[in-house]
Amino acid sequence: MNNGEIVIRVRNLRKVYHVGDVDVHALRGVDLDVERGEFVSIVGPSGSGKSTLFHILGGLTPPTDGEVYIHGHNLRELSEAGRTELRRREVGFVFQKYNLLPTLSAADNIAIARHIARRNGPEDPRFQQVLELLGIRHRLHHKPRALSGGEQQRVAIARAIVNNPSILLADEPTGNLDTENSNIVLGLLRDLNERLGQTILMITHNPEAAAYGHRIVRMRDGRIQDE
Amino acid sequence: MMLTLVGLSEGMLEDAARRATGVGADILIRAPGTSLISMSSASLSEKYLSFFLEQPHVKLAVGTVEQPTGGVNTVTGLDLAEFNAMSGGFKFLAGRPFQSDREVIVDEYYARQNNLSVGSTLNLLNLEWRVCGIVEPGKLARVVVQRRVLQDLTGSTGKLSRIFLKLDDPANTDKVLAALKEKLPDFPMYSMAELTSLYSVSNVPGLSAFIGVIIAVSIIVGFLVVFLSMYTAVLERTREVGILKALGASPFYILNIIFRETAILAIAGSVLGIMLTYGSRWAVMVFAPAALTQKIVPDWWPIAGAIAFAGAMLGAFYPAWKAAGQDAIEALSYE
Repeated sequence: MNNGEIVIRVRNLRKVYHVGDVDVHALRGVDLDVERGEFVSIVGPSGSGKSTLFHILGGLTPPTDGEVYIHGHNLRELSEAGRTELRRREVGFVFQKYNLLPTLSAADNIAIARHIARRNGPEDPRFQQVLELLGIRHRLHHKPRALSGGEQQRVAIARAIVNNPSILLADEPTGNLDTENSNIVLGLLRDLNERLGQTILMITHNPEAAAYGHRIVRMRDGRIQDE
Repeated sequence: MMLTLVGLSEGMLEDAARRATGVGADILIRAPGTSLISMSSASLSEKYLSFFLEQPHVKLAVGTVEQPTGGVNTVTGLDLAEFNAMSGGFKFLAGRPFQSDREVIVDEYYARQNNLSVGSTLNLLNLEWRVCGIVEPGKLARVVVQRRVLQDLTGSTGKLSRIFLKLDDPANTDKVLAALKEKLPDFPMYSMAELTSLYSVSNVPGLSAFIGVIIAVSIIVGFLVVFLSMYTAVLERTREVGILKALGASPFYILNIIFRETAILAIAGSVLGIMLTYGSRWAVMVFAPAALTQKIVPDWWPIAGAIAFAGAMLGAFYPAWKAAGQDAIEALSYE
């Protein structure tokens, strides 16, 4: 479902963390374009800069240098409040450890994302389609502790896309799942991408998981090694 | 804690006023220089009884002697015949009036608190006394002996602590009071209506300050408890704060959540505190009905609630502020 519209544009992106007196160069000039409706897998060893790229694209941390455009918004020009708004409207996160709020039911975990985005009106009909697709409608009133890992991750995916974000960032979404549940979750991500046109960036160590993407971006030492 | 202590202060004062008015008198007279609340030695000559009885409109006069026996407890000496004429007498639940010098009458609360029954022995003023009667509470005193006996034991023979006057008509109270004050200007005298109003927190030396200290301690303790609880709660939920931030929650959203939780806790705590005052009143009635009287003080509920709310909000402010300013990435990696 690619249509040539660039949703993510990254140019010469650099990120330096200051750890005590030491400067850690996490990203050393990354260039990347992602089109609307693409499913991109990002692979690389630990310390290659995958997670830092994920955090910058998600507006969780600002870049040190370079340009990052998310759906036309230049992240370097955004204040903390602006990046908060970006996370609320344009980005959905899926984490390795699911990161559901343990005291809320699955339904409330999804609802709180709508509440934070101030979308308290009637639910988007598209979301009902998503719930069907994820197969969690019958588990919505359970707390996370009563759900399997695969179910928790499906709830996390539902939460990530409930506000219809431009991009879905998935950080090792199958890292805590067995093979069967991994295949289910990856299949669902692919379905979301193919049926609903959801743009997805997925970080993974798993080559089989990476193969679900339209293309694979390999990172090493803070740079993109090849695509 | 605050509601219980205020309730005890007001309850004990009200109980003292109720027992004083239970005598059935219209006017109370004390010796010059003595205090209404604190126990003073008997310094009023018995001769004043006949003086007061000679005054216009005065029908009856009862003189009492009060002697502290430790803590807030006292023993009261009275002439039962005088007292019965004025008050209609004690209502005996068990036993009978005095028949010998070493006999004591106690009220139901005192008997219950001290496991006494008719025939029991009670140590008062380092002497053994036999309980001859148990009476309904609410009239003058909880522990009563014969006035003459108490006067002799305390070296105040012929002396009284207080004199109660009964008039031919209560409507004459102000007139008689004015006349007596003119004749005996140094003697503190009150109508029973005045007396009731004088048994208040503001008229007890130091009690207002004591309640102020209790409120201050309550605020400090409440602040520390809420501060530590909220600090720990926020620390334990660091990852949840990170999740909310990743979902796009602003610092204000997180502050709002924490403050709302704190408000709910403060309101629930206040309601629980109010309910606990009923529990403490029950405990007082069961375990120390004679020594303590606790009143339920609805007037203080909004004050206590407001103090709890303000203390809780103050205690939650720093943890909430810290949570709102947390770095999302650090929070998400918190284990």
